[in-house]
Amino acid sequence: MIQVERLTKRYGPVTAIEDVSFSVGKGQIVGFLGPNGAGKSTTMKILSCFMPASSGTARVGGFDVFSQSLEVRRRIGYLPENAPLYTDLPVAAYLDFVAEIKGVSRGARRGRVADVMDRCFVTEMQHRMIGKLSKGYRQRVGLAQALLGDPEVLILDEPTIGLDPKQIAEIRALIRSLAGQHTVILSTHILPEVSMVCDGVIIINRGRIVAQGTESQLVAQVFPSARIELRVTGASGDVAGALRAVPGVQGVQPLPSRDGSAAFLVESPRGRDVSGDLVRLVTSRGWALTELRQVGMSLEDVFLRVVAGEESQEPSAPMGAA
Amino acid sequence: MGWWAVFKKEMRLYFGSPMAYVVFTFFLVISGWFFSAIFLNYSDFSMRAFMQPQFSQNLNVVDNVMRPLFSNMAVVLLFFMPMLTMRLFAEEKRSGTIELLLSYPVRDGEVLLGKFLAAEALFAVLLVLTLVYPALVAFFTPIEWGPILTGYLGLLLAGGTFLAVGVLISSLTENQIVAGFGSFGVLLAFWVVGWGAEFAAPPWRGVLQYLSITDHMDGFSRGVVDTKDVVYYVSAIALALFLTLRSLESKRWRG
Repeated sequence: MIQVERLTKRYGPVTAIEDVSFSVGKGQIVGFLGPNGAGKSTTMKILSCFMPASSGTARVGGFDVFSQSLEVRRRIGYLPENAPLYTDLPVAAYLDFVAEIKGVSRGARRGRVADVMDRCFVTEMQHRMIGKLSKGYRQRVGLAQALLGDPEVLILDEPTIGLDPKQIAEIRALIRSLAGQHTVILSTHILPEVSMVCDGVIIINRGRIVAQGTESQLVAQVFPSARIELRVTGASGDVAGALRAVPGVQGVQPLPSRDGSAAFLVESPRGRDVSGDLVRLVTSRGWALTELRQVGMSLEDVFLRVVAGEESQEPSAPMGAA
Repeated sequence: MGWWAVFKKEMRLYFGSPMAYVVFTFFLVISGWFFSAIFLNYSDFSMRAFMQPQFSQNLNVVDNVMRPLFSNMAVVLLFFMPMLTMRLFAEEKRSGTIELLLSYPVRDGEVLLGKFLAAEALFAVLLVLTLVYPALVAFFTPIEWGPILTGYLGLLLAGGTFLAVGVLISSLTENQIVAGFGSFGVLLAFWVVGWGAEFAAPPWRGVLQYLSITDHMDGFSRGVVDTKDVVYYVSAIALALFLTLRSLESKRWRG
């Protein structure tokens, strides 16, 4: 549904994104992840036809964002960063304007507007001036206007910013419910949001894509080994040495121990479960096993590893604009 | 239709904000003052003409009241119109709403048309309110409606030119004050250029006179619809709107 190839955007001497390529399949929800100023908003502005790329191509639904902008714009719903809305219009009147400009027929308009207000929880504010709304409500009105016209593709720049925890959960559930019929690309810097909402992840840093795939693919790619945390009491002698001798174990690191127990982090190749062998070893030696758990690597660990790794490699690279 | 949606939105914003009312109020106060001054002066003059019939030859209410009133209104409009247009694009750029507006499936030309026609419609409402002046005249004395009608046509064209210039300048900046003062400055320059005509040598005299933005009004208020004047205003509006469209479109290809 979205194909981006070698997209580059320069603002004068500053390179905001460079050589960005990715594609999003129909009905998928993809999270765009990156630190501030990484180029997330720039990419989204290009996809929404607001500004042109310096080089490279981007296609939405098979239409080029530059040469077939009108066709692309018929197919997208866009929520820019900070939801810029007309502050001097009431919510319902504003959404009616958006529905009309998106070509929703006169007869269907009232129903469609009521529907998106309902889905975005702004119905009780429909007669209020947008300028008088709190940030959270404004954000939800922004989301409502993006949903109007039932676009195939939704481009959401930080959709949950400024919302309280309950609203965040509601909006995430709403976005999640769009999967299947709508293709969604959303940017965020809240890592758990991506795990909860998205099918795929694109991590961008300093204008370049540094990793992309599903969350489990990224974890496997960045952390090739599985980890098990093991805690035993009553151990004597060279416990680490004994653990290392178990077939399949690649590494053993002692962990800081509390209350006299000994704790270790055992690494093994992904896909090979050594926990059974570890248990047999511990019991055969007569030690007491107090804890054994798989240490899951989260997206956060991936992100920190990938982004921090980049930063230490090229500390003088120019920062892109947001 | 996209332009109709934009038109309605702009009308809502005009009447939802104090700007339209402020412009209306002050325009009516100032033009009303001009009207009463001119009209009282005229009635005084016609009283004296009654005593001395040799003066009454040229006494004509359209020529002596409406014509100066129209030319005064044109000058006052030159000061007021930039306030109606300055926000049209500058505010959208400043607040970022242009980013959303341009992501909707409408052509840039439709956005421009909706905005320009909204300003022109607001201006037409203002002109309708000033119909009270010829109505008052007609209450006291028989009046020829033909020249009044052409006079209003002239005002509509001249005001439309002021609005088109204002829209153009609003599309070039994201600062409303700059947009307002910029359009005011340009319009003022096109007004005062006519004054220079008196001192200019023959080939330039005609050029300067033709450029003057308010001089073309005079024919209309005498009841003469001269092609030359219509062409002047219509082409000025078309040129300003064309340049605005280019400036909007440049957003899509300029890096």
